[in-house]
Amino acid sequence: MTASTDIIDSEPESWFHRNQQAIAPWLFLAPGILFFVVYVIAPVFQSFNLSLYQWDGLGQAEYIGLRNYEDLYYEWVDRDAFYVSLKNNLIWLVLYLLAIPAGLFIALLLNQTVFGIRLYKSLFFFPFVISQVVVGLVFTWFYDPTFGLLNQMIGVFGLGPINVLGNEHLVTYGIIAAGLWPQTAYCMILYLTGLNAVDPEQIEAGRLDGAKGAKMLWYIVLPQLRPATFIAFVVTIIGALRSFDLISVMTQGGPFGSSRVLAYYMFEVALSEYGFRMGYGAAIAVVLFLIMMCFIVYFLWSMYREEKGH
Amino acid sequence: MHSMTKRTLAALAACTALSAPAAAQVSGDLSIFLDTSNPAPRATMEAMIERFGEKNPDLNIEVTVIDREAYKTQIRNFLTANAPDVATWYAANRMKPYVDAGLFEDVSDLWAEPMFENDLKSTRGAMTIDGKQWGVPYTYYQWGVYYRKDIFDELGLSEPTTWEEEKANCEKIVASGRACYTIGTKFLWTAGGWFDYLNMRTNGYDFHNQLANGEISWEDDRVKQTFANWKELIDMGAFIDNHQTYSWQEALPFMVNGEATAYLMGNFAVAPLRDAGLTDDQLDFYQFVEITPGVEKAEDAPTDTFHIPSAAKNKEAAREFLRFVASPEEQTIINNGKNLGQLPVNSKSTVDDDKFLQKGFVMLSENSPGGVAQFWDRDAPAEMAKVSMEGFQEFMVKPDSLDKVLSKLERARGRIYK
Repeated sequence: MTASTDIIDSEPESWFHRNQQAIAPWLFLAPGILFFVVYVIAPVFQSFNLSLYQWDGLGQAEYIGLRNYEDLYYEWVDRDAFYVSLKNNLIWLVLYLLAIPAGLFIALLLNQTVFGIRLYKSLFFFPFVISQVVVGLVFTWFYDPTFGLLNQMIGVFGLGPINVLGNEHLVTYGIIAAGLWPQTAYCMILYLTGLNAVDPEQIEAGRLDGAKGAKMLWYIVLPQLRPATFIAFVVTIIGALRSFDLISVMTQGGPFGSSRVLAYYMFEVALSEYGFRMGYGAAIAVVLFLIMMCFIVYFLWSMYREEKGH
Repeated sequence: MHSMTKRTLAALAACTALSAPAAAQVSGDLSIFLDTSNPAPRATMEAMIERFGEKNPDLNIEVTVIDREAYKTQIRNFLTANAPDVATWYAANRMKPYVDAGLFEDVSDLWAEPMFENDLKSTRGAMTIDGKQWGVPYTYYQWGVYYRKDIFDELGLSEPTTWEEEKANCEKIVASGRACYTIGTKFLWTAGGWFDYLNMRTNGYDFHNQLANGEISWEDDRVKQTFANWKELIDMGAFIDNHQTYSWQEALPFMVNGEATAYLMGNFAVAPLRDAGLTDDQLDFYQFVEITPGVEKAEDAPTDTFHIPSAAKNKEAAREFLRFVASPEEQTIINNGKNLGQLPVNSKSTVDDDKFLQKGFVMLSENSPGGVAQFWDRDAPAEMAKVSMEGFQEFMVKPDSLDKVLSKLERARGRIYK
């Protein structure tokens, strides 16, 4: 026993021992970094590379330079599929954000202690739990032009029938409305947890100073909910950009392609039954990536600023 | 575990068989991939493979059934990575990517055999690319107009044979508060069927083929004539409203409830219509009418096929299997009313005495001098099929946008065919 401790004491400290503090975090991070590099970073660069080729996924890939992007540009000029997809993406981005105020409103409504409040909360949270595919199906039936509930309802007022999913101008809004249902629930949960952390003393102080209603909300509660708002913003933007399942279930991009967004168009071009233009799909993915990058950079920057502030 | 024991047993059997090989029997392993995932076709296929196994007891057959839709994307992976010995697919342009990539085996040798040479003539063209044959068909079915005979009787209409009669009938049907045709274009291909017929009847089979091969401009006056004919029907209110929201199955109730009187469809529509309660007295079939007098009638008859992947390991057994599938006896069994309920590809086999199959068989063998097309999305390259069918749907919803649609298709033609 004593002999062994003597040996350790006498020997010089190993390199690992000396640098333990610095190495340990990297060791713990290593598995995560490895997977992130292999499954996220590398495919990003692969996509960039692939977008310069013409490839059907089977034969030889042919290098064609920027021709895929040129085709995208002409689709834009001709107001073709790419233009429609990009336009719809913008509509999604803007309207999907409605989930944030709606979520906040419901959270404020539910943030009270009455009998059975847990049940109400679960009911409001329910749409987020069920699969997007189910949400899509439910709304497809809801919108159905012959027997759908929507047309039955507006029929009472002598209106309609309107075919929401069959109308090129309405279809995107119809799908966004379906998407808002689960997304609002998600934002609501974020705000409910946020509201738990609101400092009652500040509320008390505000009340003493005569703040109530909207003023209380705007000047006392909302500033304290900033972290929740930030996260809600992030998940909603990302949700809007990757809106895919609802479109796939409800319309398959139709009628005549008017409800496509970039993510769906990419899938259609590269992977669907009539697709397999891998290079072109990759080019669309690159465009989508660049749009997302704007938001990602903004998010990272504001997080970094936040951390520095503390 | 179960399949393990089965394999070992089969291996043992194969060992003993080596000492005494029987004539015309094949041995080893045979792996078959099927896309016939619906219950009835699946049972048919499995029973057929079982019969093949009984004939070749030394063969260890392994069957994999893949969901029909998933199969369409998976085939690209398994042909390159993990090829079976036999795989199902479709004829004509649909097999071209795999033929071009060298993934399908050339089976011209089979087609040189007397049975294929003489009895499978009708589908030879659909299996040929670059003068060689790349697979063997196992079933096909007719397209045409399925209509409500009772409603026709009620309105005093008879089966039309000319375009004028067709339109006159339709006018009376619309006047009675019904739509002439039900259709669901949500998944686009149903509109392709209408285009096939209107264009083949207006301009003929050869023109139609040239258009599918990108040799003719979409802004050609003859193409515009096809759409002008189509527009006559649309303007009349011939098609049901909101068809862009329905799948082909969701469009069936309109016909069952009598809100629409006819359906341009493949023979597979008969089963669900019967299941929905229509009797054979209420339901009947006629060949799509003549439009331009003198143009030879051509029909859509999509063919489903078996292929041998180039990377198959037991090609000898695979070829024997294809011979077996195309044989008159098997063709009679698998295509009868209890099984696939479609038409046999071998002219020596007998057609089930189902009314619609009989009519279809006569139509395809006697009244289709112009030729047999596969279907728009199998004859045209996949990309062109997609863009054009979207255009057809847009045209059906907004007939006035025709010029815009055609110029879009013409641009796509410039890009797709090189």
